[in-house]
Amino acid sequence: MSSVERIRFVLDGEIVELDRVDPARTVLQYLREDRGRCGSKEGCAEGDCGACTVVLVEAAASGDSLQVRAVNACIQFLATLDGKELITVESLSGRGAALHPVQQAMVNEHGSQCGFCTPGFVMSLFALYKTRQAPSRVDIDDALAGNLCRCTGYRPIVAAAERMYELADDANAGDWLAAAAGSELGVAERCAVLRSLEHDNDIELGDNGRCFHAPSSVDSLTALLSEYPDATLLAGGTDVGLWVTKQYRDLNPVIYLGRIRELATVEVTRDGIDIGAAATLTEVVPVLLEYYPQLKELFLRWASPPIRNAATLVGNVANGSPIGDSMPALMAAGTQVVLCSAAGRRSVPMEAFYLGYQKKDLRPGEFVERVLVSLPAPDTVLKSYKVSKRFDQDITAVCLGAHVRFDGDRICDVRLAYGGMAATVARASGAEAVLEGQVLDEALIDVAMNAVGEDFTPLSDMRASADYRRAISRNLLRRLFLELRAERQGKPASSSVYAYGRAS
Amino acid sequence: MDARAKRAAPERAVGQALPHDSAHLHVSGRAAYTDDLPEPRDLLHLAVGMSSEAHAAVGSVDLTEVRAVPGVVAVIAAADIAGENNYGPVVHDDPVFAEDLVEYVGQPIFAVAADSVDAARRAALRAKIDYQPRPAILDPETAVAQDSFVLPSETLTRGVPERALRDAQHRLTRRVRCGGQDQFYLEGHIAMALPQEDRGLLVYSSTQHPDEVQSLVAAATARDAKDVVVVCRRMGGAFGGKESQAALMACIAAIASDRTGRPCKLRLDRDVDMIMTGKRHDFLIDYDVGFNGEGVIQGIDFTLASRCGMSADLSGPVNDRAMFHCDNAYFLEHVNILSHRCKTNTVSNTAFRGFGGPQGMFAIECAIDDIARALGKDPLAVRRANFYGLETRNTTHYGQTVEDNMLHELLTTLAETSDYPSRRAAIQAHNSGEPLLRKGIAITPVKFGISFTSTLLNQAGALIHVYKDGTIQLNHGGTEMGQGLYIKVAQVVADEFGVSLDRVRITAADTSKVPNASATAASSGSDMNGKAAQKAAQTIVGRLREFLAGRHAVSEAEVLFAGNAVSVAGQAFDFSEVVRMAWAERISLSATGYYKTPKIHYDRASFSGRPFYYYAYGAAVSEVVVDTLTGEHRLTRVDILHDCGDSLNPAVDLGQVEGGFIQGVGWLTSEELCWDDSGRLTTHAPSTYKIPTSSDVPADFRVTLSESSANREDTIYRSKAVGEPPLMLALSAFLAIRDALATEGNPAPPLDAPATPEAVLRAWQGGTL
Repeated sequence: MSSVERIRFVLDGEIVELDRVDPARTVLQYLREDRGRCGSKEGCAEGDCGACTVVLVEAAASGDSLQVRAVNACIQFLATLDGKELITVESLSGRGAALHPVQQAMVNEHGSQCGFCTPGFVMSLFALYKTRQAPSRVDIDDALAGNLCRCTGYRPIVAAAERMYELADDANAGDWLAAAAGSELGVAERCAVLRSLEHDNDIELGDNGRCFHAPSSVDSLTALLSEYPDATLLAGGTDVGLWVTKQYRDLNPVIYLGRIRELATVEVTRDGIDIGAAATLTEVVPVLLEYYPQLKELFLRWASPPIRNAATLVGNVANGSPIGDSMPALMAAGTQVVLCSAAGRRSVPMEAFYLGYQKKDLRPGEFVERVLVSLPAPDTVLKSYKVSKRFDQDITAVCLGAHVRFDGDRICDVRLAYGGMAATVARASGAEAVLEGQVLDEALIDVAMNAVGEDFTPLSDMRASADYRRAISRNLLRRLFLELRAERQGKPASSSVYAYGRAS
Repeated sequence: MDARAKRAAPERAVGQALPHDSAHLHVSGRAAYTDDLPEPRDLLHLAVGMSSEAHAAVGSVDLTEVRAVPGVVAVIAAADIAGENNYGPVVHDDPVFAEDLVEYVGQPIFAVAADSVDAARRAALRAKIDYQPRPAILDPETAVAQDSFVLPSETLTRGVPERALRDAQHRLTRRVRCGGQDQFYLEGHIAMALPQEDRGLLVYSSTQHPDEVQSLVAAATARDAKDVVVVCRRMGGAFGGKESQAALMACIAAIASDRTGRPCKLRLDRDVDMIMTGKRHDFLIDYDVGFNGEGVIQGIDFTLASRCGMSADLSGPVNDRAMFHCDNAYFLEHVNILSHRCKTNTVSNTAFRGFGGPQGMFAIECAIDDIARALGKDPLAVRRANFYGLETRNTTHYGQTVEDNMLHELLTTLAETSDYPSRRAAIQAHNSGEPLLRKGIAITPVKFGISFTSTLLNQAGALIHVYKDGTIQLNHGGTEMGQGLYIKVAQVVADEFGVSLDRVRITAADTSKVPNASATAASSGSDMNGKAAQKAAQTIVGRLREFLAGRHAVSEAEVLFAGNAVSVAGQAFDFSEVVRMAWAERISLSATGYYKTPKIHYDRASFSGRPFYYYAYGAAVSEVVVDTLTGEHRLTRVDILHDCGDSLNPAVDLGQVEGGFIQGVGWLTSEELCWDDSGRLTTHAPSTYKIPTSSDVPADFRVTLSESSANREDTIYRSKAVGEPPLMLALSAFLAIRDALATEGNPAPPLDAPATPEAVLRAWQGGTL
């Protein structure tokens, strides 16, 4: 396949074409430094505060519909914008023009004080405005989970989210930007422009002696990986972004997976839920929830919309952090990791993929192409409990993924996978052995809790002490027991303080 | 929210719930912060090379590789400082660049100037520095044990506490801690220095204290104050973090600018900001309290040890304020307070909303809670039993009479409107079933002293120009950090002239317009700048009035300013017409205004006097649910009743109350500063340091501004300061968590702040994990 040596994207109705882009250049740097569009702010440069939030629009895979997604410009690389429309806070109301309903609602509700986080909130609210019609408080909190405000206490921002829809008619309107979710206004035209940017070629460009490759097929990708086995593989960039903004690493070359359509898929087959390396959490989570609805709270607590819109599930797995949020649940469910290189494919169970701290069973030239998550068998339960200092957008202290199958009163296929307890996400084999094939009762769970204590030797760090990790690794088993027992008795099961008093 | 609709007559601006003056700019990305200003030609970007050691002698500093990075133009260190190597405002113990000694991890040693931010930051990591480590003191306990203090320890005693404790019916002692807190303003520290002709220097600084930046930049660059202009239109939050320490960034930018002859900008990365600059002091608190069967405190002894870090910074007044607020709302007849200002090899801690007050109030509120738990009483009853009296028992331990006591009234109203007694009973019933998820409730008062405790800082200036077209430019020494100061003062000025707000343009804090201004701090911004601006406006209005009365031969009382017009004995003139006529008569249309807070006096040697002009009051009820398996918890309902006097702007004040409360909840529950054994801060970014998010805000959040309360003192339109006091309402959230954990077997759970899930689980298990 021939290569194209440029990227093109849409900004304020103009097609921007760039042929020299450093792979480490972020969208935020481009906006602020190259374009003088200083509305988007840098608050943390790691995707945790949301002051830089912008919206990316893509044409859906088929039909005339648009995907509207907030992302963190501070860790979104400029070269990944190819084929997309970029919307910034400046886009919503031109100089002197009336404020967008989202902006006006923020003014009316006194949603800004110092104002530095405000453009980011406006963009997260804009994404909500374009994607949901009557969000609940939980929806609003989730939409704002990636935006920190230090001044207002959020109450007026939540009020703005609730009332912005009422202002839809006041806005100068007529245009797609001002039209709320559900409106078809201007969608086809925008789609057409975005479609005109599509092509099937690989992209290769660079600047400052560094090169960015965006292959359009797995074949191109494996060929590139053979040529550059030390290349940095980039998908969502929610971790790689920090290598640049925080560690000042020189990444060269960078190979981006986001243009490979065959990797962007989430398919349910007889073998399981088959998730490609370029599928974002936003795309993956609803499918997983269809089969494993009890993971809902985990996914609410995991990251924020701007991160989920960029990050991929496979990236989380391939990164292999001991505190990755997906792996306890996926390991408990039973998951195969599919590895691919120019030499072919192989598949390993997730447990075998992790060899040690930051060590994976990954050969030179190989990448994680997909993960295959088992479908639930009848009478199985899959739960995952995450514990962290804050409910939203926090890194796990300890996370338990638990799978059991009931055979009458006995539990079998017990798989308990813990994050935060060892150098990798790992199974609690001692506790599993205690529980396997037994009738669940109070005495048994005590024995299992003690066994977990023998299974791991956790560390102390700023997220939790070893003692606390040990204590909650045991207590989460008790929670599992209490919830399973309640469920068997047909009682409401959740004992989550997170969900307490909140309509879901 | 009722407060928004209240009071103000429609033609007046004061009292109206108006949006922040920059709200339309904030939401559209058009509000310019320092980093958004157009960059001058030849601008250089700076990055700081920091100490990796907590305490070490600095041997050789090899900067060869730093200089070799492409794009690097200059490297600046202590030797390049023409003036004084210091940015410490009170005690001159804060070097801009360390020389022979480093005293905390993150201390600046040098700065790199390069043609891009990226080049500067990469280069700053390339230094090879030879350290000879020395023993480091990393916590207040060790500091106290080794007599390591930045300032002498202070004692405040009233009555005969020793005897009172000995004779008390009941007595208990406890050690409790409250953690520090990063300000986490969303806009990190930043300054840009631009050389001007003839040794002039213009500095854009994100600072609460432009005057101090001016002085320190002048001193560091061997200039006079007259040669330095410091400007700040707005900050993206400050919360005290930009009161003294913004000067560091400004000094570095100024020194680099002198050295290179080019404009220089220093913008800290978030991690660097958190590592390099100071935070709220964490406190180690010991108390010994004696009380009677009703819970009335008979005697109390406090020992407070705070982490000041490596230098004094503002630690003196911060710790003084902690001592002043160890009473919160309660009459302490026999009291002793010993305050240690610990020198540790950690970053120098500084101002943060409340300025020691929160820690002092934390101490007494924990003690009150302990007393109630020891006696098996409702903590509210114990609080009431100890409240300052209206006529007697109304003198503070520092000798100020509490004249404006609203505690009884606020607490009675709030307990009623929040249904506190029946909810408390329901919660006790819930908990008696030994559920996994326990509930807790607490009601706490706030009484917070308003004024800088350093009396001389209680002065302010303003400058107003009226132009020939009848429009007005307003300037004062206050800075805008989001608190709504600028709109409030503009409302005052609009009313004085009787014009609509759109005729008043608010301008940036600028040392060339109003000199010698105090920091915008101590909640005093609107009180002082509002009064100063009012006086400036009244001066001009007085001239116009005199002129019109003379011209029309009427008494001055018959000249009225309202509705963009001036009525002269019933005859109306457009305001702009009046201004034009006055100009034509060669009447000055520009004036300064000046204000000093009356009545205050204070002798620091004896810790006595009237340091505070008045007190601000509030009260809150928090209800929580706590997971006894993990220690995780949530706020489920909060009711607040807060006193803002006659609010200048109820929307702005409501925002301060809500925002302050949630910030306090962060301090006491989720925000944890952790250092490792080498003194490195390990929570230096939002990934590891967790301030509240939207979902942490209770779904049921009822905030009311007290309706009843014109300030007794002659403040600007009888309003009250509101910046800091609401933060301490969050003590109710902390004590509600403790309430949830209390059982017969563990009646006084040993809970320290922040009440992270780990701390909560530990307290639930009686102190161990």
